[in-house]
Amino acid sequence: MSTATEQHTGHDDHAHEESHGASDKQYVIIALILAALTAIEVSTYYIDFGPLFMPTLFVLMIVKFVIVVSYFMHLKFDNKLFSYLFYSGLILAVAVYCGALATFKFFLQKG
Amino acid sequence: MAIIERPSTEIAVAGGATVGVKPSEALGVFKRPAASNSWRDWIVTVDHKKLGIMYGVAAFAFFIIGGVEALLIRLQLMGPDGKVLSADQYNQMFTMHATTMVFLFVMPMVSAFANYFIPLQIGARDVAFPRINAFGFWCWLFGGIFLNTSWFLGGAADGGWFMYAPNSSTLFSPSHGVDFWVLGLQITGIASLTGAINLIVTVLNMRAPGMKLMRMPIFTWMALVVQFLLLFAMPVITVALFLLSFQRTFDATFFDVAAGADPLLWQHLFWIFGHPEVYILILPSFGIVSEVIPVFSKKPLFGYPIVAMSGAAIGFVGWGVWAHHMFASGLGPVSVAVFSMATMAIAVPTGVKIVNWVMTMWGGKLKFSVAMLFAIGLVVQFTIGGLSGVTHSVAPSDTQQTDTYYIVAHFHYVLFGGAIFGLFAGFYYWWPKMFRKQLNEGLGQWNFWLMVIGMNMTFGPMHILGLQGQPRRMGVWTEARAGEGFFNIGFWNMIASIGSLILAVGVLLFIINIVYTHKSKRVPIAPLDPWDARSLEWMTSSPPAEHNFDAIPAINHLDEFFHRKYAEDPTTHEIKQVATAEEVLADMNAHPDEHIHMPSRSYWPILVALALPIICYGLIYNRLLMAVGAAFLLLTMFGWAMEPSTAPDDDFDPPAPSEGGGHTKELAPLG
Amino acid sequence: MADTVVAHGADHGAHHTTTGLSNNKLGMWVFLGSECLLFGGLISTYMLYRGRANAGPQPDQIYDIPFTSVSSFVLLMSSLTMVLAVSAANRKDDRNTNLWLTVTAVLGATFVGGQVYEFTAFYREGLGFTTSLFGSSFYTLTGFHGVHVTVGIIMLMALVGMVRRNRIPGSKAETVELVGLYWHFVDIIWIVIFTLVYLIPS
Repeated sequence: MSTATEQHTGHDDHAHEESHGASDKQYVIIALILAALTAIEVSTYYIDFGPLFMPTLFVLMIVKFVIVVSYFMHLKFDNKLFSYLFYSGLILAVAVYCGALATFKFFLQKG
Repeated sequence: MAIIERPSTEIAVAGGATVGVKPSEALGVFKRPAASNSWRDWIVTVDHKKLGIMYGVAAFAFFIIGGVEALLIRLQLMGPDGKVLSADQYNQMFTMHATTMVFLFVMPMVSAFANYFIPLQIGARDVAFPRINAFGFWCWLFGGIFLNTSWFLGGAADGGWFMYAPNSSTLFSPSHGVDFWVLGLQITGIASLTGAINLIVTVLNMRAPGMKLMRMPIFTWMALVVQFLLLFAMPVITVALFLLSFQRTFDATFFDVAAGADPLLWQHLFWIFGHPEVYILILPSFGIVSEVIPVFSKKPLFGYPIVAMSGAAIGFVGWGVWAHHMFASGLGPVSVAVFSMATMAIAVPTGVKIVNWVMTMWGGKLKFSVAMLFAIGLVVQFTIGGLSGVTHSVAPSDTQQTDTYYIVAHFHYVLFGGAIFGLFAGFYYWWPKMFRKQLNEGLGQWNFWLMVIGMNMTFGPMHILGLQGQPRRMGVWTEARAGEGFFNIGFWNMIASIGSLILAVGVLLFIINIVYTHKSKRVPIAPLDPWDARSLEWMTSSPPAEHNFDAIPAINHLDEFFHRKYAEDPTTHEIKQVATAEEVLADMNAHPDEHIHMPSRSYWPILVALALPIICYGLIYNRLLMAVGAAFLLLTMFGWAMEPSTAPDDDFDPPAPSEGGGHTKELAPLG
Repeated sequence: MADTVVAHGADHGAHHTTTGLSNNKLGMWVFLGSECLLFGGLISTYMLYRGRANAGPQPDQIYDIPFTSVSSFVLLMSSLTMVLAVSAANRKDDRNTNLWLTVTAVLGATFVGGQVYEFTAFYREGLGFTTSLFGSSFYTLTGFHGVHVTVGIIMLMALVGMVRRNRIPGSKAETVELVGLYWHFVDIIWIVIFTLVYLIPS
């Protein structure tokens, strides 16, 4: 997402590391980014974001989700088949349950 | 991972084979059981073919139980004011009939065929996770038995197979029946989920060299689609079942309308699972007839890629139509319109398949063997059921038909006339492969025709009954309201009940056929390739050896076996036979693979599975028993995890002779 | 880039699979895809019912956002330590593998402990499992997640024992990776729960 780590293939000290996308140091950096994003999320509880409140939270949630899946779970660097299998389940879940909630007029009552 | 089988040459010691429980020096608690010919081998086996046969036998037993339940229902409705069953018994009967047929017959029978034939059809030696495969079978079997013990423990579930909440809460269904139903389905659900993961990985990862996805036999294709449906549908019903059991056991409020609950929540969750489930039941049969029809038409399947892709399309669109089961529940016009359209759309890929089968037969040299007859029976009867299904997609019409016998007629045409006829086609087609003997064709003809006549007599009149307003799940009807003339429901109920008896005789003839085939001395051993088949499972001995293929074949064509038997004459462009099946096999086995490691037998799958019903009995009757079951589960899972996946030779019981290593062979495609 | 991964995965996976990928890893990803629908159902149930507290406290009256933020942060950091364990296992560095696995398990246990504390606090404030639809669906959703974390902790501890007993360094690298996938999945589910359940008021 926001970092350049995706291009980096870490030739630091271990030969096999490029297959796993990032070095230990980069994992720490990614974790710090995740921590910072969490801090922004929590700040919405204290600071009034106005109309940006819901969009901010949703964007941050998705960004954090994707970062963990892509980097910590290596999905970005791994075989595409894993991505297809996992994301098909995820997208199906989101679609089906949003459809079900929509029939309850769930999204309308929120406003 | 690494999977090793002790050489089976030790079978000779079977007489003294004490499969005793001795602590091993390795991490495992039990010695690894060795191959033997005794019944114990079936308990500890991880062989996909043996598990397939066990699935089949047990599922057929449940088919008979479910059939008897159906006959009792038809006897009750045969005349006015039926007195065969009490209202309470009647409720239990139709609930358990549906549950048994769906979860304990059709689904496991599909597992039987999928387990047995997917590895053979893709040229693998076994499935990806053999122990998990065995665990799945025992889970399903114990779950099914657990479910049926409720008959003797205060009455079975009585809420209908879709168990609508809050009707299934303790207030309206105070017996333990629903608890047994919920927990039993959780256990069989674990079996479906592990089976799905196992078979998906098997198909994706264990194909023979050259077996591209678009060269896979169509049964494997349809079974793969079904495993994906199971993979994604089972968790949904798991959630629903958990919510219901929390409500019944711990007084949660999920379906408590007084607390503000929405009763439609259960309906949504159930049908999000339930509609893919419909395709889970029918698609494997589509796969079977797509194998059978080309073989007995002497033609390749018409439009193989289209058949495969339309199956995948059905699987995909099947996720967007669930609410058509709920048109009468007041969803609102927008939802109804959307789901109505989606339901009409899903008829298209289904219709495509029917066209493909008919075009395959068109101009072919048809041979009306019993397997072919059942396949044609599916095409015709499924088309009838499919058309009445499309009438349900029209919401106003559906509102009229909801909860009437018209619905019952529809789904029995697609499930009995479709799914079960497909399974019978599979029985007749694959029997010589699995058991070396062909089922008798003469008896088979009787079996087929009685089933066709019985099935249409039973379920055909239900269209009329439904449109006349006979509601489903009503235990009695009275003469006073039966109507007159052609539409007299008394007459049609009588016809339906007589039909069900004819159907039962048809099924009985199948059992007689099995007994005759295997007991009579006059039935010869079937030839290697009795039907002149096209796909890979026929390219090995019958029944296949434990390692399936002496040499893993390299695949160059769709219908590989056919292409090894027949070739086109370059000048005349005629298709000519160039080799017999025996020659193909001999040619293949001329260079057997050197190192074949087969998966080791294990005690753990059955033990882990055994813990689950103990926990469930505990949850219903005694929390202490539940704790015992949970402890048992943890211990057995720990034992499973600690069991070395690579069983060393000295970890066997009886111990392997030291020179046994000469026979162990490396198994190339087995992870 | 994917090609190198395939070659690498084949090292400690199956011998020759069709895709070159290990059966176990493929199975784990398929399972995680399936888990999405499990948690999707539970989250949807909660979303539908969270505004329906006919009795007892309402969600925004009871949530302790600072406390939950801290335990969310703990779980997030456990993902970091998990990934470090996987990295060490791939280097065949058993000592660091065990160290990071242990730290991950401790962080996970801290999270579960926080959840137990939270549950008891809510219960004292009048939100029982049967109090309202909100209560039933809240405890069910977060309870299922907590059970998943607990199962993860058990697997981590078993893994520590297995790595310690095995004399071949790095022999459990794939198992560590698989447990890691499960652990991260549990974490991303919490990312979703934290936002949808705690931060967005009903």
